[in-house]
Formats: sequence, C-alpha cells, structure tokens
Amino acid sequence: MAERVRVRTLTPPGHVRAPWYLRGKVGVIERPLGAFANPEQLAYGLPAEEKPLYRVRFTMADVWGEGAEAPNDTLDAELYGHWLERLDAHAA
Amino acid sequence: MPHDHHDHDHVHPEGLSPSGHPYRTDNDAPLSYWQRMEIAVRELLVEKGHVTPAEIAAQIDAMDARSPANGAAVVARAWTDPAFKARLLENASEASREMGFDIGPLHLIAVENTQDTHNLIVCTLCSCYPRNLLGLPPDWYKTRAYRSRAVREPRAVLREFGLDLPDHVTVRVHDSTADMRYIVLPARARGTDGMTEAELTALVTRDSMIGTGVPRQP
Repeated sequence: MAERVRVRTLTPPGHVRAPWYLRGKVGVIERPLGAFANPEQLAYGLPAEEKPLYRVRFTMADVWGEGAEAPNDTLDAELYGHWLERLDAHAA
Repeated sequence: MPHDHHDHDHVHPEGLSPSGHPYRTDNDAPLSYWQRMEIAVRELLVEKGHVTPAEIAAQIDAMDARSPANGAAVVARAWTDPAFKARLLENASEASREMGFDIGPLHLIAVENTQDTHNLIVCTLCSCYPRNLLGLPPDWYKTRAYRSRAVREPRAVLREFGLDLPDHVTVRVHDSTADMRYIVLPARARGTDGMTEAELTALVTRDSMIGTGVPRQP
C-alpha cells in the first residue's frame, strides 16, 4: 500500500520549494527520487545538506476539496522529506 | 497627412508613423536591478579569469540550438522501439543521452499519455522546464495565469488550448517544484502504422510534450 504523508504547515522565512497550496494536504508517495542539496540553504550560497526528495501524488479532491474541477484527477509535486509527516508511522 | 501638425524632422515617440500606424514603444527601458547585477557578475567573472566571453557566447549558442525537435526525436524513437520506450520511462535522462543529446545535469522524468490518462506539466513556483532537451519554454508557460490555473482547473485550461478531454480520461498534473523536469510521452496517433521514425518525428509538437496539445494527425 502506498505510504500516506501530510505536507507540513510550516511557514519559514526565505526560499522554500514546498508550494503554499499543498501545505497541510495529504497525499501518497509516488516514488522516492534520491537525495538532493537542500534549496533552502543552496539559495543563499550556504553549505547545503542532502535531503531526500519524493514525488507525492494528491487527488484534486485532496487539494481543492469540494471545489475540485474533477475530484479523481491527480496532482504530483516534488517535496523534500523534511516537509512531510508520515501518517502511517504516526498511526502505528 | 498624419503629421502635418509638425513642420520639423525628428523622432516621433507617439502619434502615427508616415504609413499611418502607431509607433511602438522602444524596447530600451533602463536596466533593472537584476540585469545590472547579471552584467556586473559576468564582467567580474571575465576580469578574474574564470570564464571568457567566448565561453559565455558558446553557452548561449548551445542553449539556442536546443529545440523541441530534440524531444520530438526522443518521442518518435519511443513510439517505434519498445525497449527504448521502457528505458525512457525508467530513466528519461539516460535515454535522451543515449540518443546523443547533451542535456548536462538534467534530471528528466517521462510521463506517458494513454487512452485513459493525460499528463500536463507546469511549474507553479517559477518556470522550471526541460530546457536542456527542449530549449526555452514558451512565454505562456511562465505566466501566472497558466501556472496557477493548470493546477486548479487543468481541464478548463486544456479546453482553451483546444483539447476537450472526455470524463473517462484521468488528468495527471505534474508540478515541477524541485529538482526534476518532465516531458510528456504523447500517445501515438492512429493511422501512423506505416510511418518511419523520421516521419513520426514531424508529428510531435512542443505542446504535445508539455501536455497542452496532442501530436499532429498525419
């Protein structure tokens, strides 16, 4: 079964690449992509840690609720591990 | 005469040209802060010997030489060679390099359109695009209207591009938020069975690889 995650509702200052419209939304890991230098440090010329990156798949209903254009259409986005809260692990 | 209110000869920044058309505003506004910053950094890099002007010009030429034709060749190969298609869907960067394209460090993912799935690519945060394969993105790809609407109402956006998808087709939108770039592998058109790879290449449009269109019919 696909791993369910929630995008953290953080609002840090500076350059982040977790889109606002996905914060707090629940999706499933579509695939892991490996580790990439953290853009939140890279953007400022700082030494950047490697962070795991995932493609997370949301349904349009997950993202837009009842206002979704077509609830079963999907939206995939790349999100770093430190922006994701694993729901299955928390339930265990 | 459009200009009979003037009896002297000089540049007319407004009003009508001698042929009766409005003058266009000259494209010579002052440099922006970031344009000045780019020039300053580039000149410093040259002065300090890190790069030469010839290397910068060569890099601009290399980027300008990239075009959707590169992606079209990749798509046509995938349509005609099932083993290549499998490699493309597994690792689109390596498959593109295998065809001889210099895509640098591009991390490319190919997403396949089928009878019941249609993929659409967007970058809501900026304008991420597989430039190292397809060249520069179209201007509309960078607009706030496309970037915000493609994730909110992709079917309405596609209708404006002339693509009215039936309800049984699932739309999959891909927001290029980080290190990956995306190319759509469009579905091969019907009636193309006897066509060669080169003939098929001519059917693949830029928009069909972004997902805002489908390939030309033969």
